[in-house]
Amino acid sequence: MTWKEVFTSSVGKKLVMSFTGIFLILFLIVHVGLNACIWANDNGTMFNAGAHFMGNNVVPRILEIGLFAGLILHIIQGLMLELSNRSKRGTVGYAVSYSKGSKWYSRSMGLLGTIILLFLCLHLYNFWLPNRANQGFLLGEEINLYAKMQEVFSNLLVVIIYVLGCLSLGYHLAHGFQSAFRTIGVHNKRYNAIFTTLGYGFAVIVPLVFALMPLSFYFGWIN
Amino acid sequence: MEHKGINLTLKVWRQQNTTSNGEFVTYQVKDISQEMSFLEMFDVLNEQLIQEDKEPIAFDHDCREGICGMCSMYIDGKPHGPWQANTTCQLHMRAFNDGDTITVEPWRAQAFPVLKDLVVDRTAFDRIIQAGGYVSVNTGNAVDGNSLPINKNDADASFAAAMCIGCGACVAACKNSSAMLFLSAKVSHLALLPQGDPERQSRVVNMVAQMDKEGFGACTNTGACEATCPKEISLSNIARLNQEYLLAGLTSN
Ligand code: HEM
Ligand code: SF4
Ligand code: FES
Repeated sequence: MTWKEVFTSSVGKKLVMSFTGIFLILFLIVHVGLNACIWANDNGTMFNAGAHFMGNNVVPRILEIGLFAGLILHIIQGLMLELSNRSKRGTVGYAVSYSKGSKWYSRSMGLLGTIILLFLCLHLYNFWLPNRANQGFLLGEEINLYAKMQEVFSNLLVVIIYVLGCLSLGYHLAHGFQSAFRTIGVHNKRYNAIFTTLGYGFAVIVPLVFALMPLSFYFGWIN
Repeated sequence: MEHKGINLTLKVWRQQNTTSNGEFVTYQVKDISQEMSFLEMFDVLNEQLIQEDKEPIAFDHDCREGICGMCSMYIDGKPHGPWQANTTCQLHMRAFNDGDTITVEPWRAQAFPVLKDLVVDRTAFDRIIQAGGYVSVNTGNAVDGNSLPINKNDADASFAAAMCIGCGACVAACKNSSAMLFLSAKVSHLALLPQGDPERQSRVVNMVAQMDKEGFGACTNTGACEATCPKEISLSNIARLNQEYLLAGLTSN
């Protein structure tokens, strides 16, 4: 069995989804933790220091390349799997669809992922792109990201899109978190119970904290 | 016991052969005993059609006692109909009320082409089994059961997986038309026993390859298969298959 065969069968493709998905989950923990510094109520001093460490340091910047690689792999593989799976029903579909046996968000991972992707385009355009452009895409001088957040989140439409993006992320993770561990082979009942509970907790808390960021700026909950 | 006859409207998928276009045809059946099975109700309908000089509806069935896996009907949006842990042949008409309209469709999957009406070709499952669902040890005469000690939990889990009757409802229920619940039942059943050990790695690899070749989709763990399976094959078998596959992928030559 070649490595190519291992990762290109239907089970192998799911392993790729799972590894990249877990990698993205780990990234979210770092991202949400650092951004929560905006609530220090120190006019962004602590947050900007954290952002400066991540943006102006070689190690996180190399990890950033890995993050983009993982994200792109996850997106391309995910969309291709979704299309391929849809084609497997054949030419005629059901007149009455079977919806009782599974949760709607488990069946809608492709749709939820696409909404997250659209949100991510806006998100990168709002923060990552202007900041890296200012740095000349190397380790140059950064913009004041806290001030940028204040500016971006003064627009109600942007705030709504961010909240919807977080909601999609929550449902994506409500299925994805525990599914990823099943995909890498966790079949022990006790562990599955832990991952399912942990997954629902993560899927509610992390997107909620993210969504509170634009809301906090818009409604002036921080100074 | 009170005998109650009910009248029903049936919308049944009719299709001449694999290449022709099918359509729903509506039939009325009257005074159906609620003690009949769903298939017996179809027998009544077919006799009615024969008397009217029309072609009877083709449908698969064999044992009519829930053990062979032949009876494949997608009834009102659920494989094997509304009851849990049940096959179409064991579905009884007391599940329905007088005046109900019931829609009956064949399994829908690219890998299960319709042969005629409600009959689909499920030989893809046979070819998946041929790819590895066996043990090639010479079993000889029956040996004393206690001479081969097997952990009780493993024996139970293996037996639970071996309950799969290969009906294909899991494929029919899955939005991806994935055969993973079926495949994982076959892989788990042998992977848990010492007899299955020599071919453990090649089995999972070859059976997954055959499943992909047959044109089934990839599993996304939605759980629709487990919810409709007449033998309540557990979703955790799929995770076990994933583990078997990952270990084979990491450690085989
Ligand atoms: C930070 C963002 C994201 C995270 C944390 C994430 C996480 C995950 C996880 C953990 C899984 C489960 C893997 C498995 O079942 O083995 C998954 C599956 C999937 N993701 Fe994402 N994802 C993200 C973004 C995206 C994006 C942007 C897309 C697509 C445009 C996407 C599309 C999919 C698809 C189609 C699946 C497959 C569904 C399945 O196999 O059940 N995801 N994701
Ligand atoms: S796993 Fe269940 S639904 Fe699938 S073929 Fe076996 S018995 Fe039928
Ligand atoms: S006819 Fe054998 S299981 Fe239904």
